[in-house]
Amino acid sequence: MHGYRGKILRVNLTDHTWKVEDLDEKKALSYIGGRGLGSKIMAEEVDPNVDAFSPENKVIIATGPLTGTPTPAGGRYMVVTKSPLSGTIASSNSGGYWGSELKFAGYDLIILEGKSPKPVNVFIEDDKVELRDASHVWGKIVSETTEALAKEAPDKAKILCIGPAGEKLSKIAAVMNDINRAAGRSGVGAVLGSKNLKAIVVKGSSKPTIANPDKLKEVTKAARQNIKDNGVTGQGLPTYGTAVLVNIINEGGVFPTNNFQTTYFDKAENISGEHLAENFLIKRESCFACPIACGRYAKADDIEGGGPEYETIWAFGAACGVSDMKEVIKANYWCNELGLDTISAGVTIAAAMELYQRGKIKDNDIDEGLSLKFGDAKSMVEWTKKMGNREGMIGDKMAEGSHRMGEHFGMPEVAMAVKKLELPAYDPRGIQGQGLQYATSNRGGCHVRGYMISPEILGLPQKLDRFAIDGKAEWVKIFQDLTAYIDSAGLCLFTSFAIDAKGYADMISAVIGQEFSDADILEAGDRIWNLERNYNLKAGIDPSQDTLPKRLLEDPIPDGPSKGNKSRLSEMLPIYYNIRGWDESGIPKPETLQKLQVEA
Amino acid sequence: MEIKVKLFATLRENRGKEVSLELKEGATAEDALKKLEIPKKEVAILMINGRDDDPGKELKSGDLLSIFPPVGGG
Ligand code: SF4
Repeated sequence: MHGYRGKILRVNLTDHTWKVEDLDEKKALSYIGGRGLGSKIMAEEVDPNVDAFSPENKVIIATGPLTGTPTPAGGRYMVVTKSPLSGTIASSNSGGYWGSELKFAGYDLIILEGKSPKPVNVFIEDDKVELRDASHVWGKIVSETTEALAKEAPDKAKILCIGPAGEKLSKIAAVMNDINRAAGRSGVGAVLGSKNLKAIVVKGSSKPTIANPDKLKEVTKAARQNIKDNGVTGQGLPTYGTAVLVNIINEGGVFPTNNFQTTYFDKAENISGEHLAENFLIKRESCFACPIACGRYAKADDIEGGGPEYETIWAFGAACGVSDMKEVIKANYWCNELGLDTISAGVTIAAAMELYQRGKIKDNDIDEGLSLKFGDAKSMVEWTKKMGNREGMIGDKMAEGSHRMGEHFGMPEVAMAVKKLELPAYDPRGIQGQGLQYATSNRGGCHVRGYMISPEILGLPQKLDRFAIDGKAEWVKIFQDLTAYIDSAGLCLFTSFAIDAKGYADMISAVIGQEFSDADILEAGDRIWNLERNYNLKAGIDPSQDTLPKRLLEDPIPDGPSKGNKSRLSEMLPIYYNIRGWDESGIPKPETLQKLQVEA
Repeated sequence: MEIKVKLFATLRENRGKEVSLELKEGATAEDALKKLEIPKKEVAILMINGRDDDPGKELKSGDLLSIFPPVGGG
């Protein structure tokens, strides 16, 4: 089959052996690749009840059939494993240039199993695979690791690694690639750490073949034109990056502030995309084959690096009551270097600040010279470092994520998380569909499993009333299914502002040479969604966890433009279960699984 | 009557971040856009007092109008 490379690299870290297996084409067609195929392999090979840190857990690094092809923004890969943070199936997505390089080396997926007795790196150059000692880079930050390994690698090799946070099994550790790109969420970096795997270095020399190059040229041209003509992908993201959302979300009064205690941040202008662009931006960055180039590169004092993205600015900004962009840039830098998820890291610090505010963390618990007051920007940067290094009593607890930290201090409800994954930067009390999406996302509190902000705030593809609940369950299902497909194909989700299911179907059809319709795309997404759901249910994540933090269900927004609203989740959830073909308690019905050919 | 207008992203060029506008009674958000010389096609999101609203709606004295060009994603 075209598009795919038809090969899986299976590495046994316990005895340092590896083998190459053929890709099962039938399975690939049903589950596409990336998140879908990775999850299918997890379901077949890994007991859902496995301890995330045990050698029996596996990490599947999966590209899609469009990764490394000329399709726009087709450079993504997924890290699929069982999450140590949420206990759900995890799949974290990243861009940059590493995923496409793996395709050029001739592989669709890498399956990592077992646990190495000592720190190890995997070097891949086409069909040459080597496991090498990693003791010289163990403990090193991401940029130093990348620099050191680049010297041992072929020219222009691409490097994926974990930082000290992953090595120390922080449950909010990321997998990093190309220095500042992150497969951030769900603690996937800690699973690599538990396997003593520091880095995967890859260099390839051949491209995936295309079934119908003329057709692909035509559909790619149309897709690129749509991306260019679309206000968000052609103008908004390239000019301001994602950070421009700060002011929009804040003006709407749904910008969670001081750990979601309020939703309007009166100092938002100081951390806005406009302020970032004017004062701190050095250059734009792009991922493989991406015409959008939403990436930023910023400098504050003596620190410079990739980002900060909207989510990061919010997590270290409003969520912590911080309005100093310089310190936000520094916290972002340390997350990238230590290998921490910026959303979870910022929200965990915000939760610690609330624990202090409520007297659960006492002054004499706090490390010397630091504070946990909302708005203390300098301390926030220091806490980020301590969290990544598990330094001190509080830093060590922070490394466990907000839920476990809250539990330790006797107040788990300070964790603004769903299924223990920290929530992102949109308060669902004033954006009803997004709330349903958070509650039902298969990896927990996440915005990119179905980005309802697009219709509810940005008005794309059409404007929905964000306070209404009518029709939201249907929208959430379609967005979740389409996203599951995009994540599996190897494309960036941001293309979906400009490309519809039909456009995606045309692209995959031209690349792999099998006809896909828009309905096929959505059905594949639905299949993947149900497979993940099934895995989670078997892992003991029961439907009672399809919920939101109590504050968002019970406490109306206290002030600002969305004042008085609460999440109306309980009204939307039964409708959602029903249109998903699940029973009243949220369990997929046998006929639903049968129709989608998902094994029960 | 006087209303307050907040401008964002590219709409700030040559106009500033925030302006007060003197409008006739019964004026709409559309009239405000005209006065600021902002072509309608450059406006992606328009909020009146933080809520999405219809550009044809009559404004009241003291209203806050927030205007955004196409932006976003994240
Ligand atoms: S839109 Fe941004 S994140 Fe997505 S591929 Fe392009 S540069 Fe990377």
